Amino acid sequence: MALRRLLQGSVLPRIIGRDLAPAVAPFSTESGETIRATLFPGDGIGPEIAESVKQVFNVAGVPIEWEEHYVGTEVDPRTESFLTWESLESVRRNKVGLKGPMATPIGKGHRSLNLTLRKELGLYANVRPCNSLPGYKTRYDDVNLVTIRENTEGEYSGLEHQVVRGVVESLKIITRQASLRVAEYAFHYAKANGRERVSAIHKANIMRKTDGLFLKCCREVSEKYPEIQYEEVIIDNCCMTLVKNPGLFDVLVMPNLYGDIISDLCAGLIGGLGLTPSCNIGEGGICLAEAVHGSAPDIAGKNLANPTALMLSAVMLLRHMQFNDKADRIHNAILQTIAEGKYRTADLGGKASTSEFTNAVCDHI
Amino acid sequence: MARRSTPLLRRLLAPSPSPSASTPLAGAVSRRTVTYMPRPGDGAPRGVTLIPGDGIGPLVTGAVRQVMEAMHAPVYFETYEVRGDMPTVPAEVIESIRRNKVCLKGGLATPVGGGVSSLNMQLRKELDLYAALVNCFNLPGLPTRHDNVDIVVIRENTEGEYSGLEHEVVPGVVESLKVITKFCSERIAKYAFEYAFLNNRKKVTAVHKANIMKLADGLFLESCREVAKKYPGIQYNEIIVDNCCMQLVAKPEQFDVMVTPNLYGNLVANVAAGIAGGTGVMPGGNVGQDHAIFEQGASAGNVGNEKIVEKKRANPVALLLSSAMMLRHLQFPSFADRLETAVKRVIAEGKYRTKDLGGTSTTQEVTDAVIAKLG
Repeated sequence: MALRRLLQGSVLPRIIGRDLAPAVAPFSTESGETIRATLFPGDGIGPEIAESVKQVFNVAGVPIEWEEHYVGTEVDPRTESFLTWESLESVRRNKVGLKGPMATPIGKGHRSLNLTLRKELGLYANVRPCNSLPGYKTRYDDVNLVTIRENTEGEYSGLEHQVVRGVVESLKIITRQASLRVAEYAFHYAKANGRERVSAIHKANIMRKTDGLFLKCCREVSEKYPEIQYEEVIIDNCCMTLVKNPGLFDVLVMPNLYGDIISDLCAGLIGGLGLTPSCNIGEGGICLAEAVHGSAPDIAGKNLANPTALMLSAVMLLRHMQFNDKADRIHNAILQTIAEGKYRTADLGGKASTSEFTNAVCDHI
Repeated sequence: MARRSTPLLRRLLAPSPSPSASTPLAGAVSRRTVTYMPRPGDGAPRGVTLIPGDGIGPLVTGAVRQVMEAMHAPVYFETYEVRGDMPTVPAEVIESIRRNKVCLKGGLATPVGGGVSSLNMQLRKELDLYAALVNCFNLPGLPTRHDNVDIVVIRENTEGEYSGLEHEVVPGVVESLKVITKFCSERIAKYAFEYAFLNNRKKVTAVHKANIMKLADGLFLESCREVAKKYPGIQYNEIIVDNCCMQLVAKPEQFDVMVTPNLYGNLVANVAAGIAGGTGVMPGGNVGQDHAIFEQGASAGNVGNEKIVEKKRANPVALLLSSAMMLRHLQFPSFADRLETAVKRVIAEGKYRTKDLGGTSTTQEVTDAVIAKLG
C-alpha cells in the first residue's frame, strides 16, 4: 500500500508510453513580451538576496515578471505543508521558478518544504554545476563539473518502520522509470552544454539489484548518445578521486543519497554552499532554480548576506529559458566582481554589504 | 585476580595504532603512555592467516612478509590462496582465522553484477567483524592539499545498507532494505568511545542522515548519545553526512574520531583518505569481539589495475602500516614502532616512492628502502 502510494506520487502513470526525453519548453524571446516566473524569496536572508537578483535582472533587462509567493504561517491541508496549493500551482503554470532558502519549521504533522516541492512538482533531477571561482582561492582551483542527482526516490522514500523494538528497517527504492528519466536528462544536459563525458556513480558491487538497475538504465541511455563518453564509478572511489583530482570528472549522475553527499562534497571544493547554484528539473519541463544554503537567521535583515548562490542559480534559470546572452553577461559580472575582490561579503573574507556587492555586479553588466 | 582481568585488558588494548606525533617531544608531552608489561610467553611467535588476494595483493603482502622477516618479528604466516571471484571463502581459511584470531589480507576484487557476493563482506559477516577502522593522517614529507589531518573513521561493518536484502517488487521496481539495530549501533559506539579514550583522542563525531531517515539513523544517534554520556571527558557531536563531506574537504582538521553507520563510513573514509594522501598509504582493519583482519584502510575491493601489477609498482605503504597496527594488536608494540618509523622515514626522504605518491619506484624498491631503515 505504501509502495503504491509512492509510485503514484512519482507520477508513474503519467510517463507510461510517453517519450522520456525531457521537454524543454521554449520561451518566447520576442521583444517586449514579458515572461512570468514564480519567486519564493524564502526565509531569513532569503528576501534580501532575492531583492539582489531582481535588481541585477532589471539592470540586465531580463523580461521577467516575478510572481512572489511566501511560506505561510499555517499548514495547508492540501499540501500537508506550509507551502500553499496556490504557490505550487504558480510554479506549474509558469514552469519556471526561483527559490531562496527556506527553513522548515520544527515539529510534526507537516512535510519539509523542500520535500513538498520535490514531490508535488515531480522535480526528478537536481542539477548542480560546481566551478572554481576565478580569484577566490580554495585548495582546489581547477574544479569544473556538474552533479545530477535523482531527486524522487532511493533512500528518500520515507518508508521506514520498526520491526521490533531496537530494529529499524528503511526502504531504498529504485525504479526503472525514474532511473531512465534522470539518465536521459543527464545525457541531454551534457550534450546541450558541450560536456564530453557522463559518469554514473553507484555502489552496485554491494547493492547489486538496486544500483544495478540504475546502471542498466544509464547504459541504455548512453547508447543513444554515442558522442558522449560514458563510464561507471563506484562511489567510494569517486569520493577519493574528487578530493585528489576533481579535474577527472565532467558530468556525474547518481541516485538520491549519493547525489546529496557528492554534490555537497563538490560544493566544499569550491568554497561552500554559499557559492553553489542549483536547479531542479521536473515533469513537463518545469525548472525551479534554488539556493541550497541555509537561511542564516543570525544575519537576516542586516544587509550582510552573500547573494552569489541565488544569483548563479538565477543564471541557470536564464540558460534553461535560453536567454543565453543575458545569462552570460550576468554570469561574467558576478565572476568579475568576486575576482576583483574589492566588494566581497563577510563569508568570502570581505567587508561589503549585500547592497554593495549587488551594485558592483550591476556595474559590471 | 590478575589472570581474570587479563582478557579484558587485552580486549581493551586491541587494536591501538598510535597516531603520528609530529615531534617526539610533542608526543611525549601530549599523549599519555599506556605502560606495557611483558608477560611470560608473550614473545612466542603468533600465527597469522595471510590472504594475498587479487591484483596487487601478492605484491603488497609479499612486502609485508619480507619486512617481518627482516625485523625477526615473532609472527608466522599461514598463507591461503583466495580470489575475489570465488563463490565463497573456503572453509579452511575461515577455520585458520578462527584459530589464529588474526588475519592479514590484500584486496579481493568484487565483481559488479552477477550473483557473486563480495568476499570481503562475507569475511566480515562470518567472523562478525563489526568495526572497520581507518586511520587517515598526513605522512610527513608527503605533500597534499591539506595539513594537520589525523582522523580515525570507525564504521559499523555488519548492517545498514550492506544487509544484502534486495528484491524486485515488480519488473522495473527494486527494493533494498537498510537495517539498523540498537545492538549493533550501541556496540560500535562503545568501540569508538573506548578507542578514543585509550588513544587520548579528544572528540567523537557521529555521522548520520537522521533528518531524512528519522527512525533508522535516529536509532543510531540515540545509541551514540547514550554511550557518549558515559565518557564525559570526550567531546561528542553529530553531523549530517553531506555536510560532513563538505567540511572534510574544507576543514578536515576539525575531525578526530568519527563513528558512522556502514555506507557513510565507506564514503567518509575515502574522502578522508583522499585528503590525507590517498588510499595507497592509509592503514586499516576490521575488528570483532574475537577476531581481526588487517588490510588497506579504504576500498578493500580495490586491487589496482593490470599495469601496476604487471610492472610490480604497487604501493606497499598502506599494508605495511596496517601490519604495524596488527603488531600492536598482537601486543608487539616495539616491532610496530620500528615498522612505522621506518615507513615514515622512507616517505619523508622521498627517494623511494611509488607512482601514486609522485615517484617511480617498484614495490620491491620501496620494500628494500623500508628494510634498510629498520632500526
